[in-house]
Amino acid sequence: MLLLILLPLIGFLINGVVGKKLPKNVSGWIGSVVVLGAFFLSLKYFFSFLSDSASPVEERYFDWISFGNVRISFGLYADQLSSLWLLIVTGIGFLIHVYSISYMHDDENFSRFFAYLNLFIFFMLLLVLGSNILVTFIGWEGVGLCSYLLIGFWYKNDSYNDAAKKAFVMNRIGDLGLLLGMFMLLFYTGTLDYKELRALASQGGINSDLALVVSILLFVGAIGKSAQIPLYTWLPDAMAGPTPVSALIHAATMVTAGIYLLVRTAFLYDLAPLALDVVAIVGVATAIFAATIGVFQNDIKKVLAYSTVSQLGLMFMAIGAGAYVAAVFHVLTHAFFKACLFLGSGSVIHTLHGEQDIRNMGGLKKWMPVTYLTFLISSLAIAGIPPFSGFFSKDEMLAAAFSHNKGLWIVAVITSVLTAFYMFRLVFLTFFNGFRGTEEQQHHLHESPALMTVPLIILALLALIGGIMGIPEALGGSHWLKHFLAPVTGENTHSGHALTHQTELVLMAVAALAALASIVFAYVRFVKQHTLPPREGEERGIARIIYRKYYVDEIYELLFVKPVLALSVAAYELFDILLLDGMVNQMGRMTQRQGRWFRRIQTGNTGFYLIVMALAVAAVLGWIVWQVG
Amino acid sequence: MTMFLHIFHAVPMHHYLYLSAILFCIGVFGVLLRRNAIVVFMSIELMLNAVNLLLVAFSAYHNDTSGQVFVFFIMAVAAAEVAVGLAILVTIYRNIQSIDIDALNSLRW
Repeated sequence: MLLLILLPLIGFLINGVVGKKLPKNVSGWIGSVVVLGAFFLSLKYFFSFLSDSASPVEERYFDWISFGNVRISFGLYADQLSSLWLLIVTGIGFLIHVYSISYMHDDENFSRFFAYLNLFIFFMLLLVLGSNILVTFIGWEGVGLCSYLLIGFWYKNDSYNDAAKKAFVMNRIGDLGLLLGMFMLLFYTGTLDYKELRALASQGGINSDLALVVSILLFVGAIGKSAQIPLYTWLPDAMAGPTPVSALIHAATMVTAGIYLLVRTAFLYDLAPLALDVVAIVGVATAIFAATIGVFQNDIKKVLAYSTVSQLGLMFMAIGAGAYVAAVFHVLTHAFFKACLFLGSGSVIHTLHGEQDIRNMGGLKKWMPVTYLTFLISSLAIAGIPPFSGFFSKDEMLAAAFSHNKGLWIVAVITSVLTAFYMFRLVFLTFFNGFRGTEEQQHHLHESPALMTVPLIILALLALIGGIMGIPEALGGSHWLKHFLAPVTGENTHSGHALTHQTELVLMAVAALAALASIVFAYVRFVKQHTLPPREGEERGIARIIYRKYYVDEIYELLFVKPVLALSVAAYELFDILLLDGMVNQMGRMTQRQGRWFRRIQTGNTGFYLIVMALAVAAVLGWIVWQVG
Repeated sequence: MTMFLHIFHAVPMHHYLYLSAILFCIGVFGVLLRRNAIVVFMSIELMLNAVNLLLVAFSAYHNDTSGQVFVFFIMAVAAAEVAVGLAILVTIYRNIQSIDIDALNSLRW
């Protein structure tokens, strides 16, 4: 396992230290090959878990922290759950690396990009494989760092740097919750090891109050990392990074770390139903909130970003409804189709030389058939149209919501209708009708090179067939994923929702038909009627509010940023300028004043000096005589 | 040597003390009152020699030669000091055509 996580680190070191001297292709392929190697190792673990008798693998390397009764070792732990994440991180990671070789080809900091990507993979693997929360936390912070570095990759643009800082700060707020949760666990149970904690929880060694507080705190960490209300605003801004980064970090892997953490510590949440309700409510609120914003955005990547926030919200809702397997299932399928969508949008942006506004696109399917087809497949998947992968995972989450609480289900269905609408708004505006860009751009329209289209095709295939992992029993499947994950999530009452197959089928039909209807609506509106989103500043009424993202950023600015800034300025003026600088200046002035007095004894008159010396010697002698006598 | 010591002891100890105290005071006043740098120098030598005389007197009185060793050191150091000091005086004279210590007052605030 050590080799598995060290491979990307080696790639990082090579690219980071000597990358500048290597030819671009070599640097890119080194970065890709180490991830491919990690992928093969991950496959090995995955296949070993396919047999029913497989038990988790744990490797402890050394005692890291030990004091009193607390022993925290540095160890790695792989089980069915982490093996799935390993496959996503290294598999999709590899595809995105390959894609980046072509996408970033003209960038002057090519090797730095791959160094960061490799470092990200390393930390992500550490996060997934950590045998205790602390090791996970290293990875957690590490991926946050890489996210920061990659969002601000084009560091010459100040607004990109601001986006990077925003992501970092927002994550730090969440991390505080995670840290506090860790401290509480350590204080009351003396261990952070997942296996030990789980054993403790099953023996009743963790009371429900502790479980409630800790699980809420851990969820705060997940809120930051997985961009939920109220800390979601960093993710749309994070689109400042290069598009492959958005695909890898801000869609497929890092943002799902929150889901991973919650599923990993599911035993705590099972003890605290109230915490699950909080998770469900935050999740579903985020889902609908972000989906409405997505409907009115005009930046192709921003739409996808809000879509990611919304989908993550649905996953949290599923966790809140106790359907851990459904959440993991959706993480997997979402990773496929969202990575594909981002890479597809990257392909479009690449062709249009940086144009991201869908109002200036259109008709691209003629020039970019592969990008169009893959984008369409992924959009169908995210919209939840059978038999694409998203249909199965989304349906399972909706079913869980339905059996948990009808209200959740209604909001979730509205969300998926909105999802279908904004995704196809995107598809129709980008690929249908005539091209609305400049003549200059039209001349350069072309399909992207194979290095970019092949990953797209693979991801689209996965988005197409990924659903076979979890075909529900209602449709005559066996839901392989549920059985695969059973050793981790347990065959507990939560995940097996008590719906009859008939109800489930009806639910599926409702959701799928609603999504279909909204696609048709989008088709009529944007293809038949040629409706275009209003130009900048011409939005009216509610559309204006939503286009401005409900002014959440402005509200945060007013509520948090401004007061803190004012406080800092006040503190600066009071303590720094007045107190500290004042004190130092006063000392200086005092010395100067005294100097003005004392310099007068330097008369330059030698006779005077001699007299003073003689008198002083006499005085010293006299003093000695007086002392002795 | 014994003979010499005998003569030395014929003079009482306090006479040596008085003599060297008087010599030292002459030296001090010479330094403080005279303005000619060379005379100041000579006064310093006078003080040194007053001390030398006292050291020799005590040395003989206590039958301890280490006092005389000190005297040799002081004489050697004084010789070096005079050499350096006179050299400085020569350069001063070349610069300001005077060795009056009151004229040397340019190093002031």
